[in-house]
Amino acid sequence: MDSVLQALRGAFGLMLSADRALVEIVWLSLEVSLSAVVFATLLGLPLGAAIAIGRFPGRRAIVVLLNALMGLPPVVVGLFVYLMLSRAGPLGALGLLFTPPAMVIAQSILILPIIAALCRQAVEDAWIEYEEQLRSLGAHGPGAALTLVWDIRFSLLTAILAGLGRASAEVGAVMIVGGNIDGVTRVMTTTIALETSKGDLPLALSLGIVLIALVIALNAVAQVVKDAAQRRYG
Amino acid sequence: MEMIRQGLLVLAAGMVMLPVHAQQRYITVASTTSTEQSGLFKHLLPIFENKTGIRVRVVALGTGQALDMGKRGDADVVFVHARPLEEKFVAAGFGVKRFEVMYNDFVLIGPKSDPAKVAGGKDVLQAFREVKAAQAPFVSRGDKSGTHFAELEIWKMAGVDIAQDKGPWYRDTGQGMGPALNSAAGMNAYILADRGTWLAFKNRADLAIVVAGDTRLFNQYGVMLVNPARHPSVKREMGQAFIDWLLSAEGQRAIAEYKIGGEQLFFPNAR
Amino acid sequence: MAATGRILPLALRDASFAAGGRTIIDRMSIEVAAGPSSIILGANGAGKSVLMRLMHGLLAPTAGAVAWNEPDAERRRRLQAMVFQRPVLLRRSALANIVYALKVARIARMERERLAIEALESVGLVHLAQRPARVLSGGEQQRLALARAWALHPEVLFLDEPTASLDPSATREIERVIQAFDASGTKIVMATHNLGQARRLGDEVLFIHQGRLVERAPVEQFFAQPASAEAAAFVKGELPWK
Repeated sequence: MDSVLQALRGAFGLMLSADRALVEIVWLSLEVSLSAVVFATLLGLPLGAAIAIGRFPGRRAIVVLLNALMGLPPVVVGLFVYLMLSRAGPLGALGLLFTPPAMVIAQSILILPIIAALCRQAVEDAWIEYEEQLRSLGAHGPGAALTLVWDIRFSLLTAILAGLGRASAEVGAVMIVGGNIDGVTRVMTTTIALETSKGDLPLALSLGIVLIALVIALNAVAQVVKDAAQRRYG
Repeated sequence: MEMIRQGLLVLAAGMVMLPVHAQQRYITVASTTSTEQSGLFKHLLPIFENKTGIRVRVVALGTGQALDMGKRGDADVVFVHARPLEEKFVAAGFGVKRFEVMYNDFVLIGPKSDPAKVAGGKDVLQAFREVKAAQAPFVSRGDKSGTHFAELEIWKMAGVDIAQDKGPWYRDTGQGMGPALNSAAGMNAYILADRGTWLAFKNRADLAIVVAGDTRLFNQYGVMLVNPARHPSVKREMGQAFIDWLLSAEGQRAIAEYKIGGEQLFFPNAR
Repeated sequence: MAATGRILPLALRDASFAAGGRTIIDRMSIEVAAGPSSIILGANGAGKSVLMRLMHGLLAPTAGAVAWNEPDAERRRRLQAMVFQRPVLLRRSALANIVYALKVARIARMERERLAIEALESVGLVHLAQRPARVLSGGEQQRLALARAWALHPEVLFLDEPTASLDPSATREIERVIQAFDASGTKIVMATHNLGQARRLGDEVLFIHQGRLVERAPVEQFFAQPASAEAAAFVKGELPWK
């Protein structure tokens, strides 16, 4: 219990000190994870909506696959992206390995299934309510899907936040493709892993608390925006 | 809606700026957790970077993984500690030439209760035999790192075929030095560690150095430029500049100056 | 609209609809022509809603045929509209909901807003044009749904129990709008089990029972002298309600 209290004190100390190195690490974490969320959202929402509304052979199998991929192990994604981006790999010439964009790519792949699968479920549920009305108006295909996605945008925020949570919490993928390089690819989670390696468990836990506080703050802001918008638009 | 649209635009702009981080003069060095986690690089790199303007990006892995990174062309310089593996790396044409930079030593760490009764000894081979005889918990890195490699050598020299003779007391954890030390602290186990990581390690619990000073615990570090003939992406000049600096009088002095709690961690021995 | 020919009459020929092994509409043959408004009457579960959906094209008959006097499916669809028991409105302003429907109907961009405001005026909602549709009251939402249909200037308007979940004053408002539709020449086809509403709005009654068309008669005659035993029981309010 003592060490937990010590870690809590440490976490407040860290947040108050606004240490420059820590601020940079926090900023990079946000930049990488939010970028991944944007990419995964831009791809995942249309993908999820298409699967929700489309009727094509193999659809059920794809739904099962997508749901299963929500549990993609970060290390496996990291390894895959590493092998792709490595100089000896097919995309090696891009020189992206051990850079923040590589981390964005890995996290995007990691959370794409989460956002797509949750979007698929939400759109499918909404489709039950909207289908007859939209068909009656003559909306169909991608146009109808897009209308639906936009109309349930506040519910989809939950899917996007789930993706953000996963991205900001994972360490396996960014460790492998980022390399945890000091000042370049070191983010919150890899710093925590590093401090744990060094046996500085209180500092590691303090950093963990800072990370959790950050994620809670992001979710709280999103929730406030969502609630306000929902009150406004019904 | 307008707000969301604007937010998306800002984020998109932010992403476009991400790769800007990469537009500096830098090299990538694949090194070991011992050099990174002991704090040596934090001490050395600013001196080199101020002098040359070349940034050094260190990816800290086990020696085996670090050499593998060099083989794939993902590093410009490899800075590790497992001489036979390094020589094989150069012989196979992955590295240009191996230079010895510095050494430190391995130490046998164990619980203060010392169930194998090895504390204070100088003979690491004897100590390993005692640990095995007592079936005292022993944590192995098991990750093909330099330290793991050294541990296997000691078992061999001690006349123990560890692959054959290991029992439940021998815990192959497949972890880096730090996590393995954390495990050993949790299990009150013996473990072979490099002195640098041990000195910088904070979660010691009931562990202490039990055997040190045996010449067989000598731990030599070597540095190699990854072969540009194999990987044209290797930054030959900047990588060589880093190696040259490490071997120079200034670099060697900087290595000797690094201390934790007044204790010197690494001993320069470039020729 | 640029109606060169009319899409009516609509004809069901031995149309049936079955789902889950149950026959909901059983070999119905009905002709629906332009002109007087038709009320589909029947108890809950008689098949009114399914019949409306077969007519509107939301469901396809499992046997028999539904035919219009217009071969072009696209044009046919654009000249009919449907208002459901529970209006489904998009999370945007009242005006934007109508503009959206006009956009889907491929009405020219500059026309949309003018037509939408006109439609809002016709249902008395123009003062709420910028209000988010989903925060309107139930009655206002249904009026907005009617305005959305109005803006499309349909030749036929299907209404599936449009006042079933509304209070009496909202119901009166809705009925007033439906009468205005009727007066403007739109053919009204409305399902209801509200007898008073059928009398107020209908010209003729199609009475269905257990998926079959039992009786078709002018409103006055239907209520005064129902020809079938089922209709007589229903009018008396004795039909067992499921």
